[in-house]
Amino acid sequence: MKETLLSLKNVSKAFDGKTVLDSLDLDILDGEFITLLGPSGCGKTTLLRLIAGFEQPDIGSVILSGHDITHAAPEHRPLNTVFQNYALFPHMSVYDNVAYGLKMEKRPKDEIRQRVDEVLAMVQLQEFASRKPHQLSGGQQQRVAIARAVVKRPQLLLLDEPLSALDYKLRRTMQAELKRLQRELGITFVFVTHDQEEALSMSDRVVVLKDGEVQQLGTPREIYERPANLFTARFVGEANLFPGYLASVDESAITLDILSLRRTLQKPTFAVRKGEQVNVLLRPEDIRVLAPEDEQGLAGKIVERNYKGSTLDSVIHLEDGTEVLASEFFDEDDPAFDYRLGEAVRVSWVDGWEWLLPVELEPVNEEAEGLATDA
Amino acid sequence: MHRVLQQPFKTAVLVLVWGWLLLLVLIPNLLVVGASVMTRDPGTFLSLPLNLDSYRQLFDPLYLDVFLNSLYMAGMTTFFCLLIGYPFAWALSGLGKQRQTLLIFLLIVPFWTNSLVRTYALKLLLATNGLINNALMAVGLIDEPLKMLYTEGAVIIGLVYLLLPFMILPLYSVFEDLRQELLMASHDLGAGKLSTFLHVTVPLTLPGVLAGVMLVLLPAMGLFFVADILGGARNLLVGNVIKNQFLDARDWPFGAAASILLTVAMAVLLFAHRLSQRRLGEEAQT
Repeated sequence: MKETLLSLKNVSKAFDGKTVLDSLDLDILDGEFITLLGPSGCGKTTLLRLIAGFEQPDIGSVILSGHDITHAAPEHRPLNTVFQNYALFPHMSVYDNVAYGLKMEKRPKDEIRQRVDEVLAMVQLQEFASRKPHQLSGGQQQRVAIARAVVKRPQLLLLDEPLSALDYKLRRTMQAELKRLQRELGITFVFVTHDQEEALSMSDRVVVLKDGEVQQLGTPREIYERPANLFTARFVGEANLFPGYLASVDESAITLDILSLRRTLQKPTFAVRKGEQVNVLLRPEDIRVLAPEDEQGLAGKIVERNYKGSTLDSVIHLEDGTEVLASEFFDEDDPAFDYRLGEAVRVSWVDGWEWLLPVELEPVNEEAEGLATDA
Repeated sequence: MHRVLQQPFKTAVLVLVWGWLLLLVLIPNLLVVGASVMTRDPGTFLSLPLNLDSYRQLFDPLYLDVFLNSLYMAGMTTFFCLLIGYPFAWALSGLGKQRQTLLIFLLIVPFWTNSLVRTYALKLLLATNGLINNALMAVGLIDEPLKMLYTEGAVIIGLVYLLLPFMILPLYSVFEDLRQELLMASHDLGAGKLSTFLHVTVPLTLPGVLAGVMLVLLPAMGLFFVADILGGARNLLVGNVIKNQFLDARDWPFGAAASILLTVAMAVLLFAHRLSQRRLGEEAQT
């Protein structure tokens, strides 16, 4: 069991009367890669700033290795930040940028030189030591920002959407590089992003935030396969949500009418009663598209097809008007596999892959769909 | 269609701009250069032969004294403008947008009044029977009026008053551009307030300081009427020398040479400013 490195206890923060964080509790474990995931304005950046010391909570406390650092100035906290737009000092060379933190610690010159060289080698920027930030590409600036933060050997590294300014390909490279650095350095990473794919692929644990409250805390797999609520289900990945009506409830099993199919499933963790409605979550890759002659499933027709390279994503309209998203992998048996628009098909899914969620009164949340650009 | 309409407009604008620069900047300056190498003539003001006597005259101890004194006055003015303007611009950039607009507006309002008129207004404040002396005596702080008018101090106060906005505006602009993230990064890396100020704020606002210095230092040497009104009839500034040569002494070549000296000094400062900006590079935004 890993030990807790940083605890946020009952933290609340409001700006101009608007609540940004609401009685939030969070424990960050030593050595983990934890990601704060959420749409714009969910409070993830504010949370990071509270940890870094740029903001103070209205109530609650921040505890680092047993010490209360709630009101400590940023310069007195043994943690460092990689800023969203890197925030490199434009008037200093790469070397001076990286050496800045050590100079502030008044380290001996030899030690500074050695440690800066070491960390520049780690991010493969030795030859660029004398360049100015504006002479570097985006990816290189990003690496300088990381080098500048890790050279101080912080207990905790905070990364505020550090990859959002990079193009897709570079982003993937940097994701891998960040993971490698985190393994090599053994530093705890607190990563902020609004990109759910990035969150899933990089993190040990993900914190899903919305309106300043933790929606779910878990491993990427838990978040994706067993979302705690509708928001998480919709925000993380694509989701088909069908209404399900409870036909019968047993001690361990339930019978559920989903669309016009009857399924027998395990009883969910939340309380259910006969006659009630639940939400049934099926990911597009859980959906099976069958030939129209097939006897199982529900009849519908293809209204959209998107070739995605490794998958063929389609939208199917069922006879009752329900829209179903499906995502199927190509396989070697049928390389020419494709759909025509308007083609009649039947839709089913793998039995037992349904995930049930209680019905929520909230209206559909727009934010869950569009991935906004800023926090 | 578009191009047909666009081209004549573009041409007209370019002709206008270049014509303006040629007629009102280049030609007058060439005339001044020409005048500076000619010989003084009581009747026609200027005559041949060409010579460099006027420039030699600039190094006459009498005038050298004026220049040094002028430089001192302008230097003091610049120093006080910077001393007031730097914190002012810093604080200004930290205010809300509405207050910023209001304060900048207030900073610009005095420009609507002629600076000569404002200098006379200042004279009323500083005079022996002026507002300040009367007020101080009424309160009982002093028994007899202080001598403020016709001192170097009065001239410096006048110059600072007139030129302060020219220091504040470029400084405000660099403070506006100073990204808060950079200051946060500095703190994050362990620097306290003073270190952050010295290592980040000062170097990044230096171009604004230089721009402000440029806009204050040289005009301060030239604003002869401030020295005339607040400093009495003494040759305090280079501007007074130039004015006197043209209007009183009728030595146009020498007046022209003195004004060239100011122009050259301006060019040197401009060059230094360019250098400092290039050294800083442009901030990369990806």
